[in-house]
Amino acid sequence: MIEEGLKNELAKQGVVLTTLQELYNWGRGNSVWPLSFGLACCAIEMMAASMAKWDIARFGSEVFRPSPRQADLMIVAGTVTKKMAPQVVRLYNQMPEPKYVIAMGACAISGGPFKQGYNVLKGIDRLLPVDIHIPGCPPRPEALLHALITLQKKIETQALTGPNRPRHLDAAAPSEFPVPEFGEHDIVPAMNPRLWKPTPVVR
Amino acid sequence: MSIVTASPVPRNYEVIPKTSLDGSELDGELLEVAMGPQHPSTHGVFRMDVVLDGETVVKLKPVFGYLHRNHEKIAENTSYLGSMPYTDRLDYFCSLTNNWAYALAVERLAGLQVPERAEFIRIITAELTRLQNHTSVCGFLLQDMGALGTPLMYAFREREKILDLFEALTGARMMCNYMRFGGCRCDLPPGWLDRVRKIVDDFPRFLDSYEALLNTNEILLARTQGVGRLPRALAISAGITGPMLRACGVDYDIRKVDHYGIYDRFEFRIPLGEHGDVYDRYMIRLLEIRESLKILQQALKAVPGGPVIDPKAKLRGFRPKAGEAYGRIEGPKGELGFYLISDGSPNPYRYRVRPPSLINLTILEDMCLGQSVADAVVTLGSVDIVLGEVDR
Repeated sequence: MIEEGLKNELAKQGVVLTTLQELYNWGRGNSVWPLSFGLACCAIEMMAASMAKWDIARFGSEVFRPSPRQADLMIVAGTVTKKMAPQVVRLYNQMPEPKYVIAMGACAISGGPFKQGYNVLKGIDRLLPVDIHIPGCPPRPEALLHALITLQKKIETQALTGPNRPRHLDAAAPSEFPVPEFGEHDIVPAMNPRLWKPTPVVR
Repeated sequence: MSIVTASPVPRNYEVIPKTSLDGSELDGELLEVAMGPQHPSTHGVFRMDVVLDGETVVKLKPVFGYLHRNHEKIAENTSYLGSMPYTDRLDYFCSLTNNWAYALAVERLAGLQVPERAEFIRIITAELTRLQNHTSVCGFLLQDMGALGTPLMYAFREREKILDLFEALTGARMMCNYMRFGGCRCDLPPGWLDRVRKIVDDFPRFLDSYEALLNTNEILLARTQGVGRLPRALAISAGITGPMLRACGVDYDIRKVDHYGIYDRFEFRIPLGEHGDVYDRYMIRLLEIRESLKILQQALKAVPGGPVIDPKAKLRGFRPKAGEAYGRIEGPKGELGFYLISDGSPNPYRYRVRPPSLINLTILEDMCLGQSVADAVVTLGSVDIVLGEVDR
């Protein structure tokens, strides 16, 4: 391992040293292509983030792909209803690895203001592995950019080998998640027990 | 777009006569395509099940409900004031007009008076909402036609300026939650009217450049003129409102018809279309922006002082007398109405929204039959739907 000071010194002389892992993560982190997938109000703020004023292109994510086959990041922007939840999981399953999920807004995190509704999924993290949660109703475009930067930091620290390697490099880790179906009262399964466990009630 | 080959559907020869080069009938199966709920041009999570004969739409079935968030049921279980933030999330482009329609319904139910200053603020905010909604909608329509980027970028640039005003006034960009029963939540911040004036003065310049760029564009004309035509009689009988109806040439604007607020005091005209096609709907929106600017200029000159909320209006523990009321306004998308039944309790007994988007969407099949699937996309874009309001 080269120490940081020497690396900087060499960089001043025009010699750039890096590791394959750093290079790989740098490339991945700066070209995260989101799926253009709007569900509700937050989608408008997502669009605003991609427009001139906030310009998500500064972070390499301006390429919103309509097809899940070409996307790296799913921004769950809005309320996930029980009718929509199977399609959200199906879209996620169709995305190639490595893939990431941002839950944008109160509804995607927990159902938000509509939590008491009979048709609203109480958080997409019951069905999908969420990397970043953004609070807000709707979050401002800055918040989305902050989430993207946080995701980039996360990608930069991912090791390519070893026990802490990310899911997409672990052959045993699941890359698809079961798509829920409509049951008698709720979607079945209502949650993925591998991803989400109800908080025990302490009285 | 996922392609599903359906079991052979009986061919509807009356809708589309099948022709081929040598005049004999070609054989082929109809293709059933589910466009949506994830599709770049369905404006959210709307789904159209289209049956195609080649490229031609033979049947179109809209599928709603992917964003049904139980708005009405939640509102019936919460206090009157508690539903105000939920109305923001109906049509999330135009939260201030939603607020106004709901406040108007409750004011009619409880017989509250609105101070003069609040009426002016309401009109200014509502017309600003119309500006930003119509510019964005034209941008989205052009994006559906394949003009990726530029028109929408321009539209959002102007929209952001107006959202900054909303943020200064209400504290939120989109979910304003600003109107109250009997007035508005807070007074204008210092210098706000000057900022509005500047934007109103600059807006025509933007409109001129936008129209110069697009109005006579050959592709735009080819893709919109004569496309998605809506007959006048059908529009009236289907209950279509807003720019959709006026593009068919029907002079019906709630601002003129219903005399709500203080619109009577302002001079403005109602632009009318002739053909009822997509191009007319696009032009009507641009012309309405100009009329809105006229209203804004008149309103900005005359904002009086005084309170912004009726001092007798009770926000906490609000219980209107038993009865029913319907409040409607001309939202940017059409007639937005709230129907309330009170039984004297703190919650409404029945709370019903008349969503313009949903009702304008019901004639989608009639407009799309016999046209190509690419035209169906443009026609849907010209209806101006917001799924939060369609599914509620």
